[in-house]
Amino acid sequence: MTSIALVRRIAARPAILFEALTTSEGIASWWGPDDLPVVSAQADPRVGGHFQVRFRTRDGQEHECAGQFLEIVRPERIVMSWQWTSGGEPVERESVSRLELHLRPIETGTELTLVHAALRDEVSARSHERGWEGALDKLARKFATH
Amino acid sequence: MVNYGDQHLDRVFAALGDPTRRAILARLEREDGLSVSALAEPFAIKLPAVMKHLDVLSEAGLINRSKTGRTVTVEISTDPIRKAMNWLRRYERFWTSSLDRLATYAESKEAEARRKGK
Repeated sequence: MTSIALVRRIAARPAILFEALTTSEGIASWWGPDDLPVVSAQADPRVGGHFQVRFRTRDGQEHECAGQFLEIVRPERIVMSWQWTSGGEPVERESVSRLELHLRPIETGTELTLVHAALRDEVSARSHERGWEGALDKLARKFATH
Repeated sequence: MVNYGDQHLDRVFAALGDPTRRAILARLEREDGLSVSALAEPFAIKLPAVMKHLDVLSEAGLINRSKTGRTVTVEISTDPIRKAMNWLRRYERFWTSSLDRLATYAESKEAEARRKGK
């Protein structure tokens, strides 16, 4: 639970999906929680290359996030660092998370697995080791009703 | 949305990363408002060690301690956990909705490629 994993089956071949995930044009078409156009997107999809996305949410606020491509295996796997930024500067310098995208060809297109390891690496690794996920789940269920 | 990595959240996750502390919280879920000594009873560790765990939980805001006479009672506090869960939910919403749009976009690109006979 320190990370979020989502799996999605998409009716597009891996090569096409890979483009959508890594090019500026692709990213601009889908990034962000609300159905609003992305303000700007830049991506340099090679190892060490940067990306930056600005998007608006329905509350009118603009958000910016940026990161670096850490691994690129075309068209199978993308790993990038992710941070909230403001004017290109990290909002919280230490809060870098890790985004992994895995593409697996299936008959109908591609199965995409997205993993966002959201906490600071150290805390995240330590917590996983000690296995608190189950406990947090349980507590969450309990408190969801409060 | 921006403030996801705040230190408080780190403290909550770190505090939950220990089996004894989780056991303490689980017990408080069932019987809130126990005294420190009652709370320490089932554990094979000494009272000072339990006190240390309570300090960590308290710093993370997961419990509140109050003193009545010579008895310290411990109560569970739900806010930090709710905050941690909200954080996770926010990201889940962020990606779920982004992936919906990604699927729409990639599928239209796929259809386009097929039309062009690729």
